[in-house]
Amino acid sequence: MPTEIGRNELRTMVDAGAQLVEVLPAEEYAEDHLPGAISLPLSHIDAEGEKRLDRNRPVIVYCWDVA
Amino acid sequence: MSPRAAWRLESLGFGEVYEYRAGKLDWLAAGLPTEGTNANRPRAGTLARRDVPTCGLEERLGAVRDRARSQGWDAAVAVNQERVVFGLLRARELAGDPDQLISKAMRPAPSTFRPYVLAEEMAEFMVNHRLEISPVTTSDGKLVGLLLQKDVVEMGRKGA
Repeated sequence: MPTEIGRNELRTMVDAGAQLVEVLPAEEYAEDHLPGAISLPLSHIDAEGEKRLDRNRPVIVYCWDVA
Repeated sequence: MSPRAAWRLESLGFGEVYEYRAGKLDWLAAGLPTEGTNANRPRAGTLARRDVPTCGLEERLGAVRDRARSQGWDAAVAVNQERVVFGLLRARELAGDPDQLISKAMRPAPSTFRPYVLAEEMAEFMVNHRLEISPVTTSDGKLVGLLLQKDVVEMGRKGA
């Protein structure tokens, strides 16, 4: 079950090597994204998730908010 | 969207999946840096004046007015100890009875804006709504600073 984290935990985990993934459409990522995040839109996860992400490191996903 | 993404990654076999559910809005609202094409465009949080005088609800208007004016301000923001915004004192409120409590004198529950709103959007809104000043707050209501219409309009002119 995915674990929900807050802003401070996110920063700590990214500093420790976690992968940060924005799952919004690429155009929204291009305008603004969190430092160090990669763009992997929700619709691309099936096709690209395994290729672009390291299974051995934690993954943090985010979008705008809960929507 | 992020819950679905997190669950899908987990179903694909990723063992350690976390979700920052408050998301980009929370990050931007906290005034934290971003990357991307908008990253260097001025925003409400960039232009908000952080030196705006603040006061508590139990202070007297006269003392707050004197303090604000001594700092070159004709405005103040009423906040609690956590800097959560409760009210705004513009020139007209500051001109009231000096013995009045701030809780009675202030304009309660003013409209507030998040730090990530682009300055050009703020300029248009403030001009159209005749807002001379407006507090900028984080998503949890804490004061970032006071935005002046003249500052955002000036920024718009420079950017034009």
